[in-house]
Amino acid sequence: MAAPLTRSARGAAPARRPGQGRAVLVFLGPFFLLFTAVLILPVAYALWMSFFTEQSSGLGFGGTERVFSGLGNYTKALGDHGFTSSFLHVAAYCAVYIPVMIGVALALALFVDSAAAKAKRFVQFAVFMPHAVPGLIAAIVWTYLYTPGLSPVLDWIEGAGGHWDFFAPGSVVPSLVNVAAWQWIGYNMIIFFAALQAVPREVLEAGVMDGAGELRIALRIKLPMIRSAVFLTLLFTCVGVVQIFGEPMLLSKRAGSMGSDWSPMMFIYKAAFERHDYGLASSASLIVALVAGTLSYAVTRIGKRGDSA
Amino acid sequence: MSTQTAPSAPPEAAPGAEPAPAPGAPTARRAARKTAARPRRSGSMASRAVVNAVLLVAVLYTLMPLTWLLIAATKNHADLFGTGGFAFGDFRFFDNLRAVFTFGDGIFGRWLLNSLLYSVVGSLASSLISVAAGYCFDKYEFRGKGALFGLVLTGTLVPTVIITLPQYLLASEVGIVNTYWSVLVPALVNPFGVYLARVFSEGYVPGEVLEAARIDGASELRVFRSISLPMLLPGFMTLFLFSFTGSWNNFFGPLVMLNDQHLYPAVLGIYNWNQFVLERPEFYSLVITGSLVAVVPLALAFVGLQRFWRSGLSAGALK
Repeated sequence: MAAPLTRSARGAAPARRPGQGRAVLVFLGPFFLLFTAVLILPVAYALWMSFFTEQSSGLGFGGTERVFSGLGNYTKALGDHGFTSSFLHVAAYCAVYIPVMIGVALALALFVDSAAAKAKRFVQFAVFMPHAVPGLIAAIVWTYLYTPGLSPVLDWIEGAGGHWDFFAPGSVVPSLVNVAAWQWIGYNMIIFFAALQAVPREVLEAGVMDGAGELRIALRIKLPMIRSAVFLTLLFTCVGVVQIFGEPMLLSKRAGSMGSDWSPMMFIYKAAFERHDYGLASSASLIVALVAGTLSYAVTRIGKRGDSA
Repeated sequence: MSTQTAPSAPPEAAPGAEPAPAPGAPTARRAARKTAARPRRSGSMASRAVVNAVLLVAVLYTLMPLTWLLIAATKNHADLFGTGGFAFGDFRFFDNLRAVFTFGDGIFGRWLLNSLLYSVVGSLASSLISVAAGYCFDKYEFRGKGALFGLVLTGTLVPTVIITLPQYLLASEVGIVNTYWSVLVPALVNPFGVYLARVFSEGYVPGEVLEAARIDGASELRVFRSISLPMLLPGFMTLFLFSFTGSWNNFFGPLVMLNDQHLYPAVLGIYNWNQFVLERPEFYSLVITGSLVAVVPLALAFVGLQRFWRSGLSAGALK
């Protein structure tokens, strides 16, 4: 009696029954039909496109023809200074953004979770608010807050006797990091806080009994127990960072030093819609997707190893 | 419709998570800590001040740009540059609002409606598709299930923005570029939504209830529609909210797919206006007030559907 109950409670359907095959088709069909159309086919098409290059025939009157070029587009992309340096830009951006965003979000979550914090609900609400602002609009608002004449922030800095140019070549990365951090700290803080709420109370009490202070409990007990949430955040942050487009695109209009192919996505956009080189754009897209996939995979692997250790 | 169905939804039952702040627990914890920390009373006073000072700084940082946007939307062009960022000039909010909605034959209103169409229609369909698929993965056994679910998980790793260019190339081959479909259809596929829906289905829908319904002679579809779907409603709302946010924020997809301004969503339209501000600074007011208007629906959705994004976040984080 108990065995089938737990089995069904766990969600595994018992013996096959008539109509079940049809039901599976009806439930999964729409998703996989669209999954194929929106994901698999485009990737396959891009893969195919990436092996061809367009050549204008004759004097350019006869239109263009598609010529097989093997790995030509890939070597072209990897040999393009704009493409390779766009990865360096994003790497520099990551080096600042990931530790700052995750560090601050974690610290805030631990602070809000600590007994000392006041007005916890309001703090969570206020810190989350930026996430309700569309990313592009957040970027527009911040570029305005970086603009001399318009920005109260620059007024404050000058009032304090300082000087800062948010669009200077050396300050582009921090300016971009700030926009993304503003958007995502609250969101991830809520995730971490939710995970902290699930830490068993007995474990914390045991820590207190053993004479550990609040800081020690936070670092030695709470932090390790929400590691999976931190890795999940890291995973999504990596996937997101590789795709960065709108924010640098907006900033590059003001910061001339950035150029129009600062990030890999900007390079791809330019290759497709300014150079009309779809082969190059396709191969570059696949390279970026591969990098993103590898990165995400690496993060999950590291996360898993940490869990089993 | 969503707000009406919300109260009847079953209480939060996200597996493993405790979205509702259990009132008893923190106080007990606090009490336990207070007694333990008594010997270092002064140190704890200092740390209390530090903790709350840091939280205050965080709150000021996150609210500052929004406050600026709110105040800037009330100013005319001269005051925007002439007065301090947090000082009020002449109150011109309603003039600005009128300007936003009348500029270019009122195209901004059209952009908002487009955003609404992309977000509401797209998210309803995408959430239903994800819930059905996730439920199916949870409750049925069939050949190739493991492989198919692996495919879904791989799909979550494919960056959506990067897939947009291949989608564009294919869509232009098929001839649907620059139509509503070119923005709507890609938004329907959400592999992470399927994964989350499976988690929700494990948590919300007990297998015994389905068995009982089957014994009573209900068909599989009937069971899903009349029993499982109502139980999955909180999960459905969570997916809907995530998808709604994603669509409302989507900028790269429409940028690539659409040429016709009349099909633009609000965010792309505002981006377009923003392109002009350097040559024609009077566009600043349009962009600022337009941005404020475009933020409102999303902020309302978040405030109204708070419990759903909370349970969704924790379900995603803890699994």
